[in-house]
Amino acid sequence: MSHDHSLNPETMPHEPEKATLEGKNKFIGFWFFLGGETVLFASLFGTYLALRNATAGGPSAEELFGLDLVFIMTILLLTSSLTSVYAIYHMKNNDFGKMCLWFIITIILGFGFLGSEIYEFTHYIHNEGFTFTSSAFGSAFYTLVGFHGGHVLFGLCWFIALLLRNAKRGLNLYNAPKFYVVSLYWHFIDVVWVFIFTVVYLMGKVV
Amino acid sequence: MREVKVVSNAATHKRGFGAVLWDYLTTVDHKKIAHLYLFSGGFFFLMGGIEAMLIRIQLIKPNSEFLSNGLYNEVLTMHGTTMIFLAAMPLIFALMNAAVPLQIGARDVAFPFINSLGFWLFLFGGLILNCSWFLGGAPDAGWTAYAPLSTTSPGHGVDFYVIGLQIAGAGTLIGGINFLVTIVNMRAPGMTYMRMPLFTWSVFITSILILFAFPALTVGLFLLMFERMFGAGFFDASLGGNAIIWEHLFWIFGHPEVYILILPLFGLFSDLFSTFSKKRLFGYTAMVFATMLIAFLGFMVWAHHMFTVGLGPVANSIFAIATMAIAVPTGIKIFNWLATMWGGQITINSAMLWALGFIPTFTLGGMTGVMVASVVADYQYHDSYFVVAHFHYVIVGGTIFGIFAGLHYWWPKMFGRILHEGMGKLTFWTFLIGFHLTFFIQHFLGLMGMPRRYSTYLPNQGLDLGNLISTIGAFFMAFAVIVFVINVFYTAAKGEKAPADPWDGRTLEWATASPPAHYNFKQVPLVRGLDPLWIEKTEGKGKLTPSEPLGDIHMPNASILPFVMSLGLFIAGFGFIYQVDDKGWLAVVFIGMAITLGSMLIRSLKDDLGHHITKEELEREAD
Ligand code: HEM
Ligand SMILES: [Cu+2]
Repeated sequence: MSHDHSLNPETMPHEPEKATLEGKNKFIGFWFFLGGETVLFASLFGTYLALRNATAGGPSAEELFGLDLVFIMTILLLTSSLTSVYAIYHMKNNDFGKMCLWFIITIILGFGFLGSEIYEFTHYIHNEGFTFTSSAFGSAFYTLVGFHGGHVLFGLCWFIALLLRNAKRGLNLYNAPKFYVVSLYWHFIDVVWVFIFTVVYLMGKVV
Repeated sequence: MREVKVVSNAATHKRGFGAVLWDYLTTVDHKKIAHLYLFSGGFFFLMGGIEAMLIRIQLIKPNSEFLSNGLYNEVLTMHGTTMIFLAAMPLIFALMNAAVPLQIGARDVAFPFINSLGFWLFLFGGLILNCSWFLGGAPDAGWTAYAPLSTTSPGHGVDFYVIGLQIAGAGTLIGGINFLVTIVNMRAPGMTYMRMPLFTWSVFITSILILFAFPALTVGLFLLMFERMFGAGFFDASLGGNAIIWEHLFWIFGHPEVYILILPLFGLFSDLFSTFSKKRLFGYTAMVFATMLIAFLGFMVWAHHMFTVGLGPVANSIFAIATMAIAVPTGIKIFNWLATMWGGQITINSAMLWALGFIPTFTLGGMTGVMVASVVADYQYHDSYFVVAHFHYVIVGGTIFGIFAGLHYWWPKMFGRILHEGMGKLTFWTFLIGFHLTFFIQHFLGLMGMPRRYSTYLPNQGLDLGNLISTIGAFFMAFAVIVFVINVFYTAAKGEKAPADPWDGRTLEWATASPPAHYNFKQVPLVRGLDPLWIEKTEGKGKLTPSEPLGDIHMPNASILPFVMSLGLFIAGFGFIYQVDDKGWLAVVFIGMAITLGSMLIRSLKDDLGHHITKEELEREAD
């Protein structure tokens, strides 16, 4: 692909992320990858569900979790998914500046989420004495939620690398699939969080 | 024209060792990656074979003290682990890489870079595992690494297992995704799904299995790692943990894994029977759907490995019935293979011999499979030599026979030379006889109560003669493998040069030179039906109709990054293993991860747009 792929509004294809064979490969390959990620998280959820009451005398879910912080975290992450939709909308309209702007807002919200999670973990560890090794429940909780947090961090680094790399050259058919794919990844992380919110926090409080 | 080509070939042959090495370290060409998989998988197959021989020598007579009990456990564990992950899987990937892009008329795979990364991850993972022999002891908890045996195993053996398999498994996963996308997106015009050769079909379905099975292993290995290295309590009852979780995760991966090992070879056998019977495959559509059905059921039956765990009669019955149901699509396949040969013009050469030997052998393994699927009976068979006999009948009788068949079939395509037929037949017959000598008798040893994974047995309990025969059979197989290795060297030196289409083939790979040019097809062919090459032959053209005018070809660039990324993980792996003893090793973790993440960053910041082979260059080359 040594041809010039820079776009102007007239030559912008309808779906720039799938306009080249490379783009199409990335697009489909990434959907497959997310299929694998689903199994990964399903296995972690299964483990958590099996061990959520295995507190070995340590603190239980009901004693630990406070829903207000988790609620804020959920809002932050859900909103960031929405802003990344706006970014892709602007990508399809070939408006590079607005796309970047919305991605930057996404990143800020993502960091807000990650910061709250770090605060939550340190709070549990220092104030409640609830650690990775205190019980099987502890191990399962930090592993599941931590894996998700790790995905968030990875997604943020990915956004930043893409934005920095492409800051000076605008949108083209080589990088459009990349922006599209990272936003897919971000939605996936968001969906996983909805499950964590339900299975870990709500069920921890209620059942 | 012809001279030009010969000269350029000679020139490539005279390149120095360094240049060839660099070429293989950086290659993104699926045909060369196939060579890499073949030789490293072959190397590990020899390692696993030596381990098998050690086990069998230990068991040749009662109360033998050839191996100590501890060493026996290590050899047994490494034999199983090596054979499954480091021999069978990569050898299958070798065949996939050698054949699939050619069979669908593609110039390349979808992600050449990822393809090479997958290979290097597998190789470095395998090396980590085998380093354990020299660094204080190999894993010794069985290839299934059941907790709490694995969580409490002293030393670092199991840590090597965890890290090695984690890295190798990541390689397999991305390799699977690559083939999925390749088959979805890169088929030549006219190659509809229902015109794909059965090998390609089964690689497609196998890749789906890889995609959904390997993440469960990833998670299981992470949990085991956290438990051993960071004090987690998933499997530790004193912290409320539950060891059965490991068994579930392991077999949710492990059962589909055995179908990952067999389905590609089912596909290969279908292609073989049709080629060497000069007939269209009988029941093509039924074959495709049977493959899908087997894959689907393969996911639903993992708990048949856990009948004796105590899941209860309802769960056990459901899993038993689902397991037995797999016999139906498998039976469909066997009848279709027989019907393909029925009335055909059959050629019997080494490749076909392996395929013919496979049918009765695998059928026997399938029958004992139904036997162990019966819950009540399994309480008797479980963890006895009966099971050892059963799974070797299917994995060796299916996968290993299939790999040998595939190697004899595609060797000319991969290396431009035909394997020596005489030696090929000698390998087959000695292996077949040795195989049945070794494993048939093990059914009876198992029924008489010989347990699996025990390093010895007492005299005069009716087990002596059977074990002696079994070990003699193993020597036959070892001899067969040695003959095969000699055959490989002999063929490289003196083998007969292969024409493009040595077997009068039916599928597209035989329409390219042997070995093919690095861009596979000068012009991507137009596919007009099932067995596209055969169609052109019967219509008297003998050559494929091109689907496009001759033009520039876009090719990916070679890259050393996949090698460096995997090397980084290899280094970091040692850091993880030894940080338990001394936190100073965390520095090694950081160095290794920095190498890997750094090369990932380079990969994403540096555009790699590939290069073009121009039309003029293509015109200069002979047809
Ligand atoms: C061809 C010659 C082979 C011989 C003579 C051989 C022999 C053996 C023996 C004696 C055992 C130990 C049984 C026990 O005590 O539990 C064993 C286990 C095993 N073998 Fe093989 N084997 C061969 C090939 C293979 C191949 C090709 C594979 C897989 C592709 C394989 C997979 C396994 C596995 C998974 C185990 C179980 C290990 C464990 O229990 O952890 N073997 N083999
Ligand atoms: Cu199974």
